[in-house]
Amino acid sequence: MSNKDTNIVQEESRKFFKDASFWRLAIILVALIIIFTVYNPEGFMSIANFQSMSYQLPEFGLMAYGVMLTMIAGGIDLAVVGMANLSAIISAIVMLRLAESVSEPVAIIVAVLVGLLVGTLCGAFNGLLVSRLNVPAMLATLGSHQLFTGIGLVITQGSGISRLPAGYSTTGRMLILDLIPISVIIFIIITAALAFQLNKTKFGQELYLVGSNYEAAKFSGINNYNVLTRAHTMSGLLSAVAGLIMLANYNSAKPDYGTAYTMQTILIVVLGGVSPAGGFGKIGGIVLSILILQVSSSGLNMFSSISNFYRQLIWGLVLLLVLGFNFLRNYMNEKRIAKAGKTAAETETE
Amino acid sequence: MLKNLVKKTEFYVALVILVIALLIHVRSGAFFQTNNILDILNASVVPGLFTVSTFMIILSGGMDISFPAIAALTSYVTVDVLNSINYEGSMVLIFVMAAVLGALCGLVNAFFIASLNLPPLIVTLGTQSVYRGLLQGALNAQQINMLPPAMGKFARASVYTAEDPVTGATSHLPAGFIIFVAVVILAYFILYRTMFGRGVYAIGGDLVSAERAGFNVLAIRYFLYIFSGIVAGITGIVRSSMNQMVHPTNLFGIEMTIIAGVILGGASLVGGKGSLLGALLGMFLLTMVQNSMLLLGIPGYWQTFFVGLVIILGISITSYRNLVAADKAKTLRDKSKEELVNE
Repeated sequence: MSNKDTNIVQEESRKFFKDASFWRLAIILVALIIIFTVYNPEGFMSIANFQSMSYQLPEFGLMAYGVMLTMIAGGIDLAVVGMANLSAIISAIVMLRLAESVSEPVAIIVAVLVGLLVGTLCGAFNGLLVSRLNVPAMLATLGSHQLFTGIGLVITQGSGISRLPAGYSTTGRMLILDLIPISVIIFIIITAALAFQLNKTKFGQELYLVGSNYEAAKFSGINNYNVLTRAHTMSGLLSAVAGLIMLANYNSAKPDYGTAYTMQTILIVVLGGVSPAGGFGKIGGIVLSILILQVSSSGLNMFSSISNFYRQLIWGLVLLLVLGFNFLRNYMNEKRIAKAGKTAAETETE
Repeated sequence: MLKNLVKKTEFYVALVILVIALLIHVRSGAFFQTNNILDILNASVVPGLFTVSTFMIILSGGMDISFPAIAALTSYVTVDVLNSINYEGSMVLIFVMAAVLGALCGLVNAFFIASLNLPPLIVTLGTQSVYRGLLQGALNAQQINMLPPAMGKFARASVYTAEDPVTGATSHLPAGFIIFVAVVILAYFILYRTMFGRGVYAIGGDLVSAERAGFNVLAIRYFLYIFSGIVAGITGIVRSSMNQMVHPTNLFGIEMTIIAGVILGGASLVGGKGSLLGALLGMFLLTMVQNSMLLLGIPGYWQTFFVGLVIILGISITSYRNLVAADKAKTLRDKSKEELVNE
């Protein structure tokens, strides 16, 4: 690495850690961990708790990355759960059919590849709707979520698929070094790859540009169609990985698994600092807010009086509060800028 | 006259309704019987009410997916509170109470969407989660089978009764249908006979232009989301009466069918275009097909797929037509520019 490159890396990381919203999220996370630890030291700070957290985290974490990519591009992806379930269902069917004729490992590998392909195709379908046909991303993915879920329902005839080859679930839930689930390793690798892609590649730069100003991006020679299609396709692929992890965790596939994740992924992405209007957001913030959601979700489990339904209430309230808080901050900023501009204009006339 | 008719989406939707109705009749022989027609009208009351308010919001370029949660929450709270005081009074208070609660829920939506100018879909996704959480978490709602007597009476009240000459089974057109008709007339009057209604079309076309043209955009948007809350409250009561119970979750998911119907009826996705008649025809088509699936022997799990397909096809066709129109306008513009240069 040349001297100049090192400087850029240092500069980038300095900017990153100076980011106020990053530290705000970090403080929230630490505070939550301290609260839950004080409340129930043995329960929260146990290896069992951390392992159960880390099995669940990649499921919605990967879907949140999909929402993040599309929201940075100025859209949204409401179909992540639908794509994850459809990929898992088709993968499970292929696995069951192949296991009758070929050896188990081959069946599993082929099924996983088919699952990834299904997710990618679903994502590309969304991408085409959004870019070529110019359908607003919200409506396109709201509709396609329904369509993908519907296809899953028709394939499974409204029920679930279970009794998968035993090898799939044991591999999918394998612990590396007897400690870390393999899905967490996959999650970390994907996080690193996405961080690199967003910060260091041409595609990353183009994604932010398209999101912050669609017309300007077009006139500066960016192929907006390709960028949007790629963001949605990647979202489909990420959802498929999440779906395959869910398939291993539950050892079954069903069209209505994880329905609460849609709301949760949007909360993560907005909390993590991505603007619903597009163009902004860092993956560091998203990672922190994924951790915040998982920690509070597991922490809430310890309060037996709080039913699962309360979680909906809490997540919804937090989403509205974050949206309101962001509005207030923008409003104050605009006011300050306007005031500064006014004083500058006054001094000039004097 | 005929030429204009052929250009309209409503015409095609009506045509499809007729064709499908004939097909179902040929397959099952039961479609055009008074009982079946009444059953379908009966089934259209709840989606019809939701369609009116959802259409107005989509027309204004907005979105609301929280109305099933509002309907469930308000009808549960109303019935629960009135049961606890052994209420035996008239239906009016029940409707007023649900409507007021619905208006409050709508006010929350309106505040975030209109005052803070946040994306309507994300906001109503959030409030929907809050309303559901309040209902199932904070209130720990269970199915209520004991309704105030007035609601039972309301459900039995019939505008028109038909008896099947062969089987002797009777079908009713319930009193709820009157409420549906009243809401449609009210919405029609607001949309097409008042300046306010022009404003709804205007902000759907272009929010900034509407504001500059002198429309009170904030007031219009507040009205729309509060109106949606009120309609949801009333619909919750109508539905609970018709089912003779309050169920906390069985309305969830209906929002997609309603949106599909509105889109099918020709409303533009980004607002500004569409007609109430088209939206209601779209809703009627979907209700008719859903109701007839059993008659045709199609399993119920096809329903989600069908609704999704309708939404995707509907929005793709509308968007494609918009693209073609934009292209046409551009070539026209370029052409006139060229002519100017040549002169």
